[in-house]
Amino acid sequence: MEKILVGLKRVVDYNVRVRVKSDGSGVETDGVKMSINPFDEIALEEALRIKERGEASEVVVVSVGGSEAQQQLRTGLAMGADRAILVVTESELDPLTGARVLMELVDREQPGLVLLGKQAIDNDNNQTGQMLAALWGRPQATFASEVVLNGDTAKVTREVDVGLESIDIDLPAVITADLRLNEPRYVKLPDIMKAKKKPLDEIQFAEMGVESAVPVANLQFEPPQQRAKGIMVDDVAGLVSALKDKGLL
Amino acid sequence: MSKILLIAEHDGATLNPSTAKCVACAAQISGAEIDVAVFAEEGAAVAAQAAELQSVSKVLQLDNPANANALAATLAPQVSALADGYSHVFGPSTTFGKDLMPRVAALLGVNQISDIMEVLGSHKFKRPIYAGNAIVTVEASPDLPVVATVRTASYQAIEAGNSAAVEAASPDADLPTHTRFLEIQAGKSDRPDLQTAAKVVSGGRALASAENFDLIFKLADALGAGAGASRAAVDAGYVPNEMQVGQTGKIIAPELYIAIGISGAIQHLTGIKDAGTIVAINKDEEAPIFEVADIGLVGDLFDIVPQLTEAVSSQ
Ligand SMILES: Cc1cc2nc3c(=O)[nH]c(=O)nc-3n(C[C@H](O)[C@H](O)[C@H](O)COP(=O)(O)OP(=O)(O)OC[C@H]3O[C@@H](n4cnc5c(N)ncnc54)[C@H](O)[C@@H]3O)c2cc1C
Ligand SMILES: Nc1ncnc2c1ncn2[C@@H]1O[C@H](COP(=O)(O)O)[C@@H](O)[C@H]1O
Repeated sequence: MEKILVGLKRVVDYNVRVRVKSDGSGVETDGVKMSINPFDEIALEEALRIKERGEASEVVVVSVGGSEAQQQLRTGLAMGADRAILVVTESELDPLTGARVLMELVDREQPGLVLLGKQAIDNDNNQTGQMLAALWGRPQATFASEVVLNGDTAKVTREVDVGLESIDIDLPAVITADLRLNEPRYVKLPDIMKAKKKPLDEIQFAEMGVESAVPVANLQFEPPQQRAKGIMVDDVAGLVSALKDKGLL
Repeated sequence: MSKILLIAEHDGATLNPSTAKCVACAAQISGAEIDVAVFAEEGAAVAAQAAELQSVSKVLQLDNPANANALAATLAPQVSALADGYSHVFGPSTTFGKDLMPRVAALLGVNQISDIMEVLGSHKFKRPIYAGNAIVTVEASPDLPVVATVRTASYQAIEAGNSAAVEAASPDADLPTHTRFLEIQAGKSDRPDLQTAAKVVSGGRALASAENFDLIFKLADALGAGAGASRAAVDAGYVPNEMQVGQTGKIIAPELYIAIGISGAIQHLTGIKDAGTIVAINKDEEAPIFEVADIGLVGDLFDIVPQLTEAVSSQ
């Protein structure tokens, strides 16, 4: 195929223990480490491997967000993507509007495959890929743990609750990456230098001609309930009697 | 008044317990009328089970050979056609619902509310974000249909004892042929299902091999428990992926959870936040798992677990 489009979202790094602001207006993101959403890194790695096998000729990474998302796109270029597109918007993006932006990019770029993460680990929505597939009227293969391309179709193994499901889909399609799809490569210093010369286009959201969806309003944020402090026991006998006390044995 | 369409999850023969949990959530919306839709090749048996659930007004049975396997691309246009006249469309936050519901939402032109954990009103809910590190109160527009998934670990299955009417229905929808089901490889296990088990024993990377996981299985069997694992244990190939507990595995709420040789990474803890009692066995007293454990035991699992299995068996 000609082209693979990969969505990269800039999110709080997965190692950061996120805290709710004391006034409940949101979560603390000032000075916090930001990264590519881990599932998106896996999606990109898969796209790169497909290209390296000669089954695609170009990998385009796209992000929708503030201009800071340039950093994540540059990392994507350093990993091996050929080109990047940033759709700039300073407002908080809801999944349906995000999917509409991706749909507009699909119309402009005509990819043979769109690879996204199964879920962005900030809002844990797990919606965008499915929505894009619906708007596009194309197949979706979510939670992918293996992708085998066969010309105009793909066989995708999906991680589902009971085990592994495999489906056969026509291309173009949307595939969303689960953790075990692959292990993303590390970026090397020379690649970072090279990535600086690769094209990164910015398009203003307003220029996309995309209608914003009605967002679900976030009224208030709170920390999760803390569990009561537990006890330590010294040995198996202590554990057994503690379990008996709770009526669990 | 709220009219809720709830999409049943099943395997063609048996209703998945996630559906009764969704009904429990939907029933918290005051005055709601709840219809359950069963999409299947031959849905009579499943529809009969759904009709027994309390609070259900009626069950819609949508038989079609195309519905033999749950494919989001095939189901979504049917659900969105059926959704006309409903204020809410709910599904479980299992891989089935997570796959299907956003596709339905996009066809209906709305955003989805993912993982409802608490109902505050017909359009106001609580849901977890950042792997459960924050809880957000959200409000959907009263002018649009509410499409949502229900975090099943937050709800107890609603009781049976009802006998709602079952009606056949066939929504007018074009079904695509671009997505074809091939096969499902289900892990065969005689142990209780992870997502509904009252007790769960999980092992982590510390087990160090597939053979050693027998220690976990033996303890689980002695307790009559389900068996789970951390992602590290799954990635290392000790056990299959359907055993993974956590943010990207299963979110569970057993009465008793025993974490063995698991450090307690935030992504793992997300999966067990609603467990009744958490027991941690770990040789590192600084392991974060002890911060959430109700009962902690520091020591080598290879000593402790056989002793514990023995002690439990002799009870
Ligand atoms: C996006 C994302 C999603 C993720 N989703 C999940 C998920 O759903 N579920 C999940 O589990 N993880 C998930 N992870 C991975 C998670 O961050 C951790 O890497 C993982 O949970 C660690 O597994 P572990 O506790 O088994 O291994 P480790 O962190 O290596 O811990 C092993 C523990 O065993 C103890 N130990 C070692 N030997 C012994 C012994 N002989 N006796 C007793 N104790 C011993 C050690 O002290 C240590 O605490 C995710 C990560 C990312 C980035
Ligand atoms: N703003 C964004 N920019 C680029 N890709 C995105 C954006 N939002 C979501 N995605 C993609 O959609 C996936 C699912 O996101 P979500 O539906 O928010 O959980 C992510 O893993 C990304 O691949």
